[in-house]
Amino acid sequence: MIIFNNATKRYPNGYEAIKQISFHIKKGEMVFITGHSGAGKTTLLRLIDLIERVTSGQLIVNGQHLGRISEKRIPDLRRNIGFTFQEHRLLYDRTIFDNVALPLMIAGYRHQDIRRRVRAALDKVGLLNKEKNYPITLSGGQQQRVGIARAVVNKPPILLADEPTGNLDPALAQEIMQLFIEFNQVGVTVVVASHALALIKTMRHRALVLQEGRLIGDTYPRN
Amino acid sequence: MKRTAPSSRPTPPTPRSKPQVTRGRNIWLSHHVYVFFLSLGQFFSTPLANFMTSAVIAIALALPGGFYLLLENAQQITQTWAESSHISLFLNPQMAIQQAEILGQQLGQRQDIQSVRLVTSAEALEEYRKYSGFGEALNALEGNPLPNVLIIQPALAHLTPSLLQELDKLEEVDVAQFDMRWLQRLLTIIAVVQRGILILAGLLAITVLLVVGNTIRLAIFNRREEIEVTKLFGGTNAFIRRPFLYIGFWYGLVGGLIAWLLVNISFWLLRVPIQKLSTLYATEFEIITLDIQAGLILVVTGIALGLAGAWLAVGKHLRVIQPH
Repeated sequence: MIIFNNATKRYPNGYEAIKQISFHIKKGEMVFITGHSGAGKTTLLRLIDLIERVTSGQLIVNGQHLGRISEKRIPDLRRNIGFTFQEHRLLYDRTIFDNVALPLMIAGYRHQDIRRRVRAALDKVGLLNKEKNYPITLSGGQQQRVGIARAVVNKPPILLADEPTGNLDPALAQEIMQLFIEFNQVGVTVVVASHALALIKTMRHRALVLQEGRLIGDTYPRN
Repeated sequence: MKRTAPSSRPTPPTPRSKPQVTRGRNIWLSHHVYVFFLSLGQFFSTPLANFMTSAVIAIALALPGGFYLLLENAQQITQTWAESSHISLFLNPQMAIQQAEILGQQLGQRQDIQSVRLVTSAEALEEYRKYSGFGEALNALEGNPLPNVLIIQPALAHLTPSLLQELDKLEEVDVAQFDMRWLQRLLTIIAVVQRGILILAGLLAITVLLVVGNTIRLAIFNRREEIEVTKLFGGTNAFIRRPFLYIGFWYGLVGGLIAWLLVNISFWLLRVPIQKLSTLYATEFEIITLDIQAGLILVVTGIALGLAGAWLAVGKHLRVIQPH
């Protein structure tokens, strides 16, 4: 599903955020990417979502060589990827419902379908009763869950999460992680970037360890 | 903007998900309807600021529109005067009446001459006798001192000095006299003013483009986060462009309607003094106001300028905004 092959991301100023990384994430897999801040976790996710481009090596997502994709094709590819951001990136002048509905509006769903799917997604993250509220009235954990609902509402085959538990207390963090595991159980390929090592260990899933842009570990849970 | 260099190797055929294609035009249309109302709501969410932008467009449209209308009215008045203007050709006194008639027929066939009337020396003398009050004195004259005269009514479009000069050069003509030279000057001035209004309209159109473009540019940067997030979830440029184009549309529409109103109010205010003027000149004169067709042209021009301004701004700034 996601193949990095000697992929490097070098910025114009010469800084290399990702250095010759190779790994393969299979369809339906759940993978954590971990490492200290600045190790390149976020950049890795951004490469998959085409926010950044690899400067050398190959990156293949869903059978597509991202290095050769033209600007015009990017919207199509992004519709197959759900992304949740560390800083949520909700639109604060819109209701929770409208925030979650955005990917469906973009993809051109019918109004009835939008209502049904948004309700289902909000129900899944436990915020159905907040659909008419504005994001500012929600706590950080709730905003993160709205971001997750938005990322999964159009049922993308790939879900990327950047530090989803960043500022949350352990119990809330556990809940959020549980949500990702549930999405993975219905067949979604999930990649979560997180520096919460202790939490990741309890999850018992594959973990890729980054350090200064290099892949230094690829661990599978022992049974 | 980043662009990948075109690859020399052909990209493998890839399965594309095409939800839009199968769902068809209905969805596309319903999004347009949605954005239509959404942008209308946005327009009225900050009514004062948006009405001010529209008012700029309105004034920029109303100025050339109003001037043009004034000019139309002026042309209508001068037309009635022009119809009563003519060139008098005093023919050589030696010329026989038959020759004068032939010349009159020849001139009458010219395109730049509407009609020709011959006043023979005898008719002229009779008229003079009747109206001058010198009847008895004229009887004392030997023979008729008056020449034959051709009264020429030029076609309106050819009320030019060149026609007069041309006629003056004819061998048979003693003197050619244009008795309403001032009118011809007025018509020339109107032509100059007409050109001036065209230039003014062009400059104001550019102003509208700049004002709308700048307003939309600010709107784009105010909604930068929304644009970035939309791009992150696969929004195409067309999708993102749409609401901004509709805002331009609303600016233009409202601006055009206000312009229509402004012109009508102005002419309503001018109506009384203009009618007074026309009675002074003893001319039957119906003031020309904006009819439905001209009003619609005003509104459509406003919409076109609003859309064009929005298009310019969006095209320039949307590409710069890439998600970070």
